[in-house]
Amino acid sequence: MPEPILELRDVKTHFPIRQGFFLKRQVGTVKAVDGVSLSVARGEVLGLVGESGCGKSTLARTILQLLPTTGGTVLLSGRPLNECSPVELKAVRRDLQMVFQDPYASLNPRMTVFAALAEPLITHGICDREQAVGQVAQLMERVGLAPRFMQKYPHEFSGGQRQRIAIARALALRPQVIIADEPVSALDVSIQAQILNLLAQLVREMGLSLVFIAHDLSVVKHIADRVAVMYLGKIVELGSALDVIERPQHPYTRALVSAIPTPNPDVERSRQRIVLPGDPPSPINPPRGCTFHPRCPYAQERCKVSFPPLATFQGREVACVRAGEF
Amino acid sequence: MPLLSVKDLRTYFHTRNGVYRAVDGVSFDLERGETLGIVGESGSGKSVTCYSIMGLIPQPPGRIESGSALFDGVDLLRCTPKESRSIRGQRIAMIFQDPMTSLNPYLRISEQLIEPLLIHESITRKAALQRALAMLDAVGINDASKRIHYYPHEFSGGMRQRVMIAMALITHPELLIADEPTTALDVTVQAQILELIKRFQREFNMAVIFITHDLGVVSGLCDRVQVMYGGQIVESASTRTLFYEPRHPYTKALQQSIPSLQPKGTELFTIPGMPPDLSKLIAGCPFAPRCSAAVGRCSEQPTTLVEYSPGHQQACMRVQAGEL
Repeated sequence: MPEPILELRDVKTHFPIRQGFFLKRQVGTVKAVDGVSLSVARGEVLGLVGESGCGKSTLARTILQLLPTTGGTVLLSGRPLNECSPVELKAVRRDLQMVFQDPYASLNPRMTVFAALAEPLITHGICDREQAVGQVAQLMERVGLAPRFMQKYPHEFSGGQRQRIAIARALALRPQVIIADEPVSALDVSIQAQILNLLAQLVREMGLSLVFIAHDLSVVKHIADRVAVMYLGKIVELGSALDVIERPQHPYTRALVSAIPTPNPDVERSRQRIVLPGDPPSPINPPRGCTFHPRCPYAQERCKVSFPPLATFQGREVACVRAGEF
Repeated sequence: MPLLSVKDLRTYFHTRNGVYRAVDGVSFDLERGETLGIVGESGSGKSVTCYSIMGLIPQPPGRIESGSALFDGVDLLRCTPKESRSIRGQRIAMIFQDPMTSLNPYLRISEQLIEPLLIHESITRKAALQRALAMLDAVGINDASKRIHYYPHEFSGGMRQRVMIAMALITHPELLIADEPTTALDVTVQAQILELIKRFQREFNMAVIFITHDLGVVSGLCDRVQVMYGGQIVESASTRTLFYEPRHPYTKALQQSIPSLQPKGTELFTIPGMPPDLSKLIAGCPFAPRCSAAVGRCSEQPTTLVEYSPGHQQACMRVQAGEL
């Protein structure tokens, strides 16, 4: 495997729960991300999937150091980010950018496209205001927007176009890694395809690495080289996108895959769907042992004892003691 | 006679920026026990169609310009408020996309569950609570006797949607309108909710209108699907026909842009351009500006929904002329 550009070693992000008015005693901990190890190679697309509350967005914010890490290290090109000073972090963020889910919320409604795209260029001292015009025009063309819209405000654009602006802003500093948190979830199907194509093209042409967070497995299968499946702050399965989604091994991944409705009436009506009982448990009080065991159709006594570590099985990593038995 | 028969429904919104033709000439029939899917992108008019039927369009700015919606012989668009109250909430029920905003956060769910019963049936509070309990059990809420006294915020998203469904079905309606009921939910929870709707649909022989933008959801659930674009129905067919032999270029394009149907690593098929601006009068086919098969007359002549084969209607004039 080529040299990883982004590496996570046993990363933990815990939030204290405080109660009381004056003393604010800590009464518990939310283990939003609990021991995640991952690596992303240059030019690779890593998909991160899981249901709401599984910690995938917290993980994204932790990678960017928008949230402090409780434990473990995040390495960008071999450099540990959680030891960086704020000044160093600013420089690091040139290489590490983010695209958020909702382009209605992530763009400042009072800034024109030009202002939004020129801001990172000027802040990081790449060019001054005059030169920025040319750079911004280039950026806009890169993401498929006409530069003549430079002086327009976000509300004058549709959802898909806004997401293009958000992508252009992330690209402005020519980063090496982009983290995209559900970038297409808020978009319509036909617009979704346009944004996915754009992201795939940018990865190909600019040699970007992309961490693509989504809950829609069919989207991830299309764009990602490798997929990591998260459940309650932990990775339960990690492997090549096709392997994991077409031949899932972890019971949770199997349920997730079987829950996707397929646009094919005959297949949809004949197949056996694994319907998981209940909701994901609360990360404040996770179940003992394997956190998935209360909902798992294959759980045994030994599943209640300890969380199984990721183990290699058929070319991918699975955190299940019964991997291969189904 | 069909349970619901909508004819030439037009709902316009008169705003300062002009008239938005949100629904522009929609007609369809729905039989008892049938499940109809209405598919379309945001702004296609799928929700406004159903809101009009339910009388939930704020007027002004909205106005129902023309059309009729006969439900079992009563025109829902023209009946007296009293008549409409006796149908809505009892014989027609609706569930919404976001269960957090459609439940009253200040009331215990017990109050909200029994409200339709107290209004529509002469029943005592005690008996109504019994029915509510049984209904909560039926939608799969464990420990219902305790949880019925909870407030909405004490439930998770999936649970709230179950409460909504229980509330909608407690009067055993003949028609359930579900407006994107699973869009805000995770896939595993979505699967649970879809199973639940299917089960009740069979048990009560209830007709269902299922509004969604997800063709995948429609394929397993609906008997018939109609595709909307720019306030009009562009194609309507049985689910199998619509998926295997779509005729209208928009339906075809919509299917092609689903990622899971395309081989990995290839460029995804996309529909160029954007949905139409409904505040401008569209003379011809609303899809013409984005359609790869459009010719000159497509954007000039109005379209009509014409039977292509029995039970399969579509609105593309080039298909109707046998050119495609």
